[in-house]
Amino acid sequence: MTDDNSILKEDDTQNKVFSADKKPLLEIRGVTKTFGSFVAVNNVDLEIYKGELFCLLGGSGCGKTTLLRMLAGFESPSSGQILIDGKDMSDVPPYERPTNMMFQNYALFPHMTVEKNIAFGLQQDGLAKGEIRDRIDDILRLVELQDFKKRRPQQLSGGQRQRVALARALVKEPKLLLLDEPLGALDKKLREQTQFELVNIQEKVGVTFVVVTHDQEEAMTLSSRIAVMHEGKFVQIGSPTEIYEFPENRLVADFIGSANIFDGTVIARSGKNLQVATEIGNFYVESAVEVSEGSEVYYGIRPEKIHLSMQTADESEENKVVGIIDDIGYLGNNSRYKVRISNDYKIDVTVPNQVRPKNLKHHISLQDKVYLNWDASSAMLLKK
Amino acid sequence: MTQTNLPNEPAPNFIQSFRRLLNRFQSSWKTIVVLVPFVWLLIFFLAPFFIVAKISVAELVISSPPFSKMIEWIDGGIVTIRLVFDNFIYIFEDPLYARTYLNSIKIASISTLFCLLIGYPVAYGIVRSSRTSKPLLLFAIILPFWTSFILRVYAWMGLLADQGTINNLLISLGITDTPIRMLYTEFAVYIGIVYTYLPFMILPLYANMEKLDATLNEAAADLGSGPINTFIKVTLPLTIPGIIAGSLLVFIPATGEYVIPDLLGGGNVQMIGRQLYNEFARNIDWPVASAVAIVLLLLLVLPMAVYQHYQGKAAEGL
Repeated sequence: MTDDNSILKEDDTQNKVFSADKKPLLEIRGVTKTFGSFVAVNNVDLEIYKGELFCLLGGSGCGKTTLLRMLAGFESPSSGQILIDGKDMSDVPPYERPTNMMFQNYALFPHMTVEKNIAFGLQQDGLAKGEIRDRIDDILRLVELQDFKKRRPQQLSGGQRQRVALARALVKEPKLLLLDEPLGALDKKLREQTQFELVNIQEKVGVTFVVVTHDQEEAMTLSSRIAVMHEGKFVQIGSPTEIYEFPENRLVADFIGSANIFDGTVIARSGKNLQVATEIGNFYVESAVEVSEGSEVYYGIRPEKIHLSMQTADESEENKVVGIIDDIGYLGNNSRYKVRISNDYKIDVTVPNQVRPKNLKHHISLQDKVYLNWDASSAMLLKK
Repeated sequence: MTQTNLPNEPAPNFIQSFRRLLNRFQSSWKTIVVLVPFVWLLIFFLAPFFIVAKISVAELVISSPPFSKMIEWIDGGIVTIRLVFDNFIYIFEDPLYARTYLNSIKIASISTLFCLLIGYPVAYGIVRSSRTSKPLLLFAIILPFWTSFILRVYAWMGLLADQGTINNLLISLGITDTPIRMLYTEFAVYIGIVYTYLPFMILPLYANMEKLDATLNEAAADLGSGPINTFIKVTLPLTIPGIIAGSLLVFIPATGEYVIPDLLGGGNVQMIGRQLYNEFARNIDWPVASAVAIVLLLLLVLPMAVYQHYQGKAAEGL
């Protein structure tokens, strides 16, 4: 189901986004934000197009929330410009911006019913009573909370509150909807379910979403594009597939998913492949990037891209290594092996458990000698 | 193998009974905790109240104590109980008392309003101040309690008197030739009450506002609401419990205030606290004084009941 979705989204991405003739909805130009001597956001540039579901992904303190708050108008940039629909937002207070925000703690008004919470924003726009009522009904139908109109926020469950917060922000039909850790307060099962709901709702209403999250899985399933942030800067911007399969540097490779990473030196190019010398052998990586011989790089391979077998691999295989099983983590769907290559180096390998083990006995056990191999096209060349 | 340890053997009798005692004590611990406020209120509130109530239905007599006995034993074992409601009738018939009660309530109400008008922005400012200055500001609010209340009222006498600091300043600045009369006026009483009771307004308001989620203001702004509208629609409704608590803490003691109207109002400002003192200490009419106190109590129970009712409703809703 996840795979289907991501394929769909990739098509969408190509249709909706990178069309060069379209003007971006949101432009961030050289924005910096400092608090005293601390630089929260460091000279970032970004363009987001209409209909995108864009994710700002990073660990705590990376500046993602500060950037979001600058978009909403709660913080003003120390330098740089934010343009929405071509209009400079520098002197526009939050209550006059075409943005709406869904807060991390939802910030629902405790003294108002669900209905009044949602009506609040519409009343500010001076809409007629009848229209307000209709729009509340429509949005409550969208988030499936029709029967909860008269409830107070504290009489709702966490998931229901989350949907009220979403409805309250969406009902204003903003050009840009900002979501601060939208699923952070929900438990795991509910979060997985809500992820897809959120994507569905976004597709239905067509509003541009900017989501802040620290959860890479959430970012991967939700977004059409992701910007990975670290120490106030964007480390890489791209589609979930790009970010996962072609991380540009070690930080992204490490932060998104997990990876075996080795220090290496480029020694030769043979056709599409580069040959990289590492501490545990010479390996190939497919790369179109021009890298001169002798440059220092990182060589990376993700655990699930490695093929593990008890027999020695074909002569034709590009990347081979032999090791001893050091540790086994049985996760049910997968098994995770730590394979010792030398005294200093271990490689993580993830193997899907496609066949139920006979008599509850796993066919690979500790101290077994195993042969690992992987394709050059699956390996990653990371900048140093 | 000989058994030296007998873990299942029952403990000796006295230990068992001690344990049972301990258990019983523990189970009754909850009862004891709940009992403490009841005992306290019984001794220091309910008992004095009944004594005052008893005196209020007695008659003035020249004796010590200066009131008639409620229960008397007459020869032959006949018990008579005398309840005299003349004192209450007297209070209701003499317009002086009605006027004094109304005046007290008026002065207390206006003072409460001013305390609210000053205290609300002060409390709001403290809540919004930086983490370092917040404890300092709160400390400054509580600081006046460290000096005697009477002393602070006397200080106001010095400030407000005809030859006082304020008048001297005004005359030396040439704003006025003759001193402006401030001391022994209602104005002085308002100043005294507002000054004295302001902390009782600020502290509950502060406690209430401190709990408010600051992101609610951001959410309101985000939804298109300007600062003034946000205050009216979000902040104010959520601070009503604090407003009510602060107002009652000011209004109730201000109504029965004696020292401030006596020292700052002189004989010109009639408040029920002074009247009560006069009946009790000057006229030595304990029964009337007690009746005055009982009526005052009933007048003040009313707003308390309203508050309790509101709090109950708020607890349901929030």
